Amino acid sequence: MSRAEAGTVPVVRPLSSALWSLGLFRSELTIVFRRWRTVALLAVLAGVPLLVGIAVKIETRNGGSAGRGGGGGDGAGPAFISQVSNNGLFLSFASLAATLPVFLPMAVGVIAGDSVAGEANSGTLRYLLVAPAGRTRLLLAKFTAVAAFCAVATLVVAGAALAVGAALFPLGDVTLLSGTTISFSDGLVRALMIAALVAASLVGVAAIGLFISTLTNSGIGAMAATVGLVITVQIVDTIPQLHVVQPYLFPHYWLSFADVLRAPVYWDDIVKNLGLQALYAAVFGSAAWARFTSRDISA
Amino acid sequence: MARIQPTQVPEAGDTGGTGGEGRGPGRRKAMRYAVPVAVAGVAAATISLVPALADSGNPDLPKITAEQLLTKIAASDTQTVSGSVKITTDLGLPSFLGGATGGGSPFGGAGGDDSGKGRKGSGSAADPKAQLTQLLAGSHTLHIAADGPDKQRVSIIEKAAEYSVIHNGDQVWAYDSSSNQAYHSTLPKSAGKAGTDHAKQLPDDFPSTPQAAAQQALKAAGPHTSVSVDGTAKVAGRNAYQLLVQPKGGDSTVGTIRVAVDASTGVPLKFTLTPKTGGKAAIDIGFTKVDFGKPEAGTFQFTPPKGAKVTEDKADGAALNDKRAGKDGASALEGLNVLGADWNAVAEIKAPKGALPGSDSGSQSGRGRNDKNVQGLIDSFGKHVTGRFGSGTVFSTRLVNALITDNGTVYVGAVNQDALLKAANAAAK
Repeated sequence: MSRAEAGTVPVVRPLSSALWSLGLFRSELTIVFRRWRTVALLAVLAGVPLLVGIAVKIETRNGGSAGRGGGGGDGAGPAFISQVSNNGLFLSFASLAATLPVFLPMAVGVIAGDSVAGEANSGTLRYLLVAPAGRTRLLLAKFTAVAAFCAVATLVVAGAALAVGAALFPLGDVTLLSGTTISFSDGLVRALMIAALVAASLVGVAAIGLFISTLTNSGIGAMAATVGLVITVQIVDTIPQLHVVQPYLFPHYWLSFADVLRAPVYWDDIVKNLGLQALYAAVFGSAAWARFTSRDISA
Repeated sequence: MARIQPTQVPEAGDTGGTGGEGRGPGRRKAMRYAVPVAVAGVAAATISLVPALADSGNPDLPKITAEQLLTKIAASDTQTVSGSVKITTDLGLPSFLGGATGGGSPFGGAGGDDSGKGRKGSGSAADPKAQLTQLLAGSHTLHIAADGPDKQRVSIIEKAAEYSVIHNGDQVWAYDSSSNQAYHSTLPKSAGKAGTDHAKQLPDDFPSTPQAAAQQALKAAGPHTSVSVDGTAKVAGRNAYQLLVQPKGGDSTVGTIRVAVDASTGVPLKFTLTPKTGGKAAIDIGFTKVDFGKPEAGTFQFTPPKGAKVTEDKADGAALNDKRAGKDGASALEGLNVLGADWNAVAEIKAPKGALPGSDSGSQSGRGRNDKNVQGLIDSFGKHVTGRFGSGTVFSTRLVNALITDNGTVYVGAVNQDALLKAANAAAK
């Protein structure tokens, strides 16, 4: 095999190497998004805004606002829910705030956890490795595909919420958290920024899932471990006695995306969140690389 | 089938090959795992070192005296400012009180993030009086902006929500985004300015020059206070002098007060109050980001969003003016009396009969069982004392001690417990 490569590869190397990466990434994307499992996950994610929208619509049928109004008591409902009935755009924000703690990381955990371990389990991984792509590049392609899923999942939630919001509620100028009013188109730009931030917030989970996925041959085990970790870390994040470690937990600044809706935008926590996600991606990505490139693929 | 061995070449661009010499595979593995460890290590070092580096390095500024510094503060004519302020208060209040004012997490304590939710029964959630109490416990970030005496705004940054008070001319708006409620009041034209510009309310003997103001402040500090300049500091990236105020002797619980004053504009940037018992600062208010440029005009505009519940303040102008002038407490509580002076001042408040739960008159009012519970609760975090004032309960925090006697009189002061009891004894004579 190496004899054959030596003959062909060096001549067209830069082009073929780039093509290889692209082809590999494309095939990874197809594998991820052609699965029924992925489609079902995205359908569930799209269902959340629909559910929230209908619930708010029913609750506010006779006027009044949701969240505080109906017998909820303390801390009812996710953020932004009280503005939804006045402006459909807020359904995007409310749905992202509602799905970010559980649904989105769960979906990402399932995809990331399955990415390597699933193929090892079904025996297709070694065929991929026979192809002269290199393990590092294969891992990069897998990570990119998972990151792409993060973006798609977030956009599905935001897009479905926008559609439902436009159908059920009026749209119009957006009042920011600070009380400043901006036009609807500016509001849409901010919604896009928020979707990008939420997608970036999931990169840490994706890297952790990929790392766990390289540790085992059981796809289910890797998914369960990733999702379990996400839940555990979020519980730790709410225990005040553990406040010392909390700024270093990947979900700690997740809700910072709401800071985009302030005037002026409060960047501190957003920057911290992005830095933290980059750090998790670097640490667990390189750990996944260390494991994957030095591992015996026996099945 | 033969096992597929790990690739030899770690570079990203390399194509994979099988086999290899197999020299020291264990070592190679260990080398690879060193990468994530190194990344984590570098990150940890950066996280722990960068703030330390940013804090250190006191700027080199020309030495000035306390009087010169006070003159600088008084001469400051900065009208426009915007920035972020961090307020941390640690008064040592029982944690469940903090939780009650601050909403709190499922584990109690550490509240403050989502306040205002427990209070929705009592009027508008956007009422400033209801909202601002949350600043008494925990750590909060505020956005402030000001443009002259007519336009100010303060926003309390909450998790995915914000509470803003906006003052523009004679309009005062408050908006609570988490409940989508607004609060509006109109200042009377004449009081609009005086309401917020404290300089206009000061008595006639207000010093006319900054120097006079500084001298007067130092004289007022008198024999009981030492005022000095204690080096320099960097606050929000600006060079600042530190003004150190210390009560001399006495029974005050206040240890030191430090005020960092911007070296170029004379604007106080940071205020830190440390109790005499030491430890963490009880009150720490400081800019984390500051800009003395003119804020955008739109910053001070507010139109209540569609569907927001707006509560109009029904109080007429005079009452509002009173409130702003700080007479609110005085008019509400008849019989406020200040005992002692300077740092040892103790406030004596004679509450109306039966107003306090657990006072004698209260427990006879037929709701005995309920009141006993309240009494038990009070006893559980207070200390029972007796003296010439009768008997009562002392509540201690790190900064403030309070004595509630059984006949309903309250003594409060930033003095230690002995001094408080002494003052109460003297007053009861």
